[in-house]
Amino acid sequence: MREKIEVAAARYPDQRSAIMPALLIAQKEHGHLPGPVLEEVADILGVERIWVYELATFYTLFRIEPVGVFHLQLCDNVSCMLRGSEDLLRHLEAVLGIKKDGTTLDGLFTLSTVECLGACEMAPVMQVGDDYHGGLDIARIDALLERLRAMTGQAIGADPATTTPPGE
Amino acid sequence: MTEPVLLRNVDMPDGHLLATYEAGGGYQALAKAVHEHTPDEIIDLVKKSNLRGRGGAGFPTGMKWSFVPKRAGKPKYLCCNADEGEPGTFKDRIIMERDPHQLIEGMAISGYAIGAETAYVYIRGEYALAIRRLEQALAEAHAKGYLGKRILGSDFNFTVHIHCGAGAYICGEETAMLDALEGKRAQPRLKPPFPAVEGLYASPTVINNVETLACVPHIVARGPDWFRGIGPDKSPGPKLYCLSGQVRKPGLYELPMGIPLRELVEDHAGGPLPGRKIKAVIPGGVSAPLIPERGLDVGMDFDSLAAAGSMLGSAGVIVIDDSTCMVKVATRIIEFFHHESCGKCTPCREGLNWVVKVLRRVEAGQGGPGDLEQLEALCKGIFGNTFCALGDGAAMGLRAALTHFEHEFVAHIEERRCPFH
Repeated sequence: MREKIEVAAARYPDQRSAIMPALLIAQKEHGHLPGPVLEEVADILGVERIWVYELATFYTLFRIEPVGVFHLQLCDNVSCMLRGSEDLLRHLEAVLGIKKDGTTLDGLFTLSTVECLGACEMAPVMQVGDDYHGGLDIARIDALLERLRAMTGQAIGADPATTTPPGE
Repeated sequence: MTEPVLLRNVDMPDGHLLATYEAGGGYQALAKAVHEHTPDEIIDLVKKSNLRGRGGAGFPTGMKWSFVPKRAGKPKYLCCNADEGEPGTFKDRIIMERDPHQLIEGMAISGYAIGAETAYVYIRGEYALAIRRLEQALAEAHAKGYLGKRILGSDFNFTVHIHCGAGAYICGEETAMLDALEGKRAQPRLKPPFPAVEGLYASPTVINNVETLACVPHIVARGPDWFRGIGPDKSPGPKLYCLSGQVRKPGLYELPMGIPLRELVEDHAGGPLPGRKIKAVIPGGVSAPLIPERGLDVGMDFDSLAAAGSMLGSAGVIVIDDSTCMVKVATRIIEFFHHESCGKCTPCREGLNWVVKVLRRVEAGQGGPGDLEQLEALCKGIFGNTFCALGDGAAMGLRAALTHFEHEFVAHIEERRCPFH
């Protein structure tokens, strides 16, 4: 982590600018950003801890709390809402047996709604890890959950190569 | 305009690779710029083209560049705003995913014009594929000498860095984006000083949108008269329109600036879904006040839409049909603005919280007789009283819904339920 953060920091004349990239690196490594990780980031960059805390608690991509292996982030902004994202949310809550913002007991899935993902041409859209899944309906959601579950049988945390990258 | 300009490469399987870009004449405009033109001449070309910023505000790009002091005694910076967050907008993502060299060439020419040697692309952290493609393209451009030291044998040095955002709509506001780049919470700055004089690290800085920068190589290659020949003279050029919502063919369309909204929605995007009628269209992302169906003949350019009481914004065109409750749409829009308020100023932070409470109650059939007056009073308290345009956008959007669809709000209150459920 230290090495990656130092490479990122070299892009800026001021170390404070490197906090955001450093937090993204730290989150990729740890899954979320608990206090000790924030302190480590501050120490690596040699910046005030409060500067790190205030970013980690302001930007929505930073997670202070842990999430499941797969973080299902369903867009519910206007374009997706107009194409049925509410039905998809109800369906996901029903089949996963959790409410929005909850995590399944086996720790596999966390379900969230997010603001516009910038992929409205394929609405309704859901982001899982780095990948966008568009043109969703209930059948496609079920198939996606099936694929994700199958992946955990193999290698958790590997790049989900079976999914389609956005725009492909 | 029949042939695509900005979307020329996006449908090619390897549109994101340098070889594809070069085969279409890519980086020849950069060569022309650094070998045949002085930086001031480039600024002049862009001024003459009447290019206006594609991020939403429509400020003349050449004029923005000319505000950068010639001798600042400090490094100058170019920042590309790729934090595309306006709901309904996805054009910049597609350029970066499928034709990133077009943006890089535009940035290099723009950097040359303003005298910047360092640039940052502030890109949405969610855009993983765009980030990967842009990283790959930057490496290719460096290896070929289109970036780096002494570009194409000239005295011009230029490096582009990627800075991934972490989720904050407010970063679309250019000074908030600068604070984010400096490692702070993204909150808008007081202006003046304007970024051109005192921006990133208190140095002269130009911030341009992805699509704006992508226009620059074409202006240099084909000349300002060609650019001005497309669309209205005061607001010209090829334009990317993002079509989404309840329309048959959602997608990204490149058409001349100024095309009638009706033609865009009904002819190009195939019109409403089967058996439905269009009720309203949001023309420029949710910050842009909606236009009811009868107003769809308006031209899609900065001035025509402003005259019609809306705005071109980011050209995120969201189509809403007659199956949809406008109170629900308005509620969702204001919930978004409330969520994204940076918290710096009270009218936006507290006002939008209040508006959301009233709208949710009305939508749920629990609204009271004074609620519509309350909403209007809240819009009045927010509009014009906030630090940046986020609050204004929210208030204008709500006012448009209240003005054009008052009967739907009244029906919710009188019938004590949502008539669409």
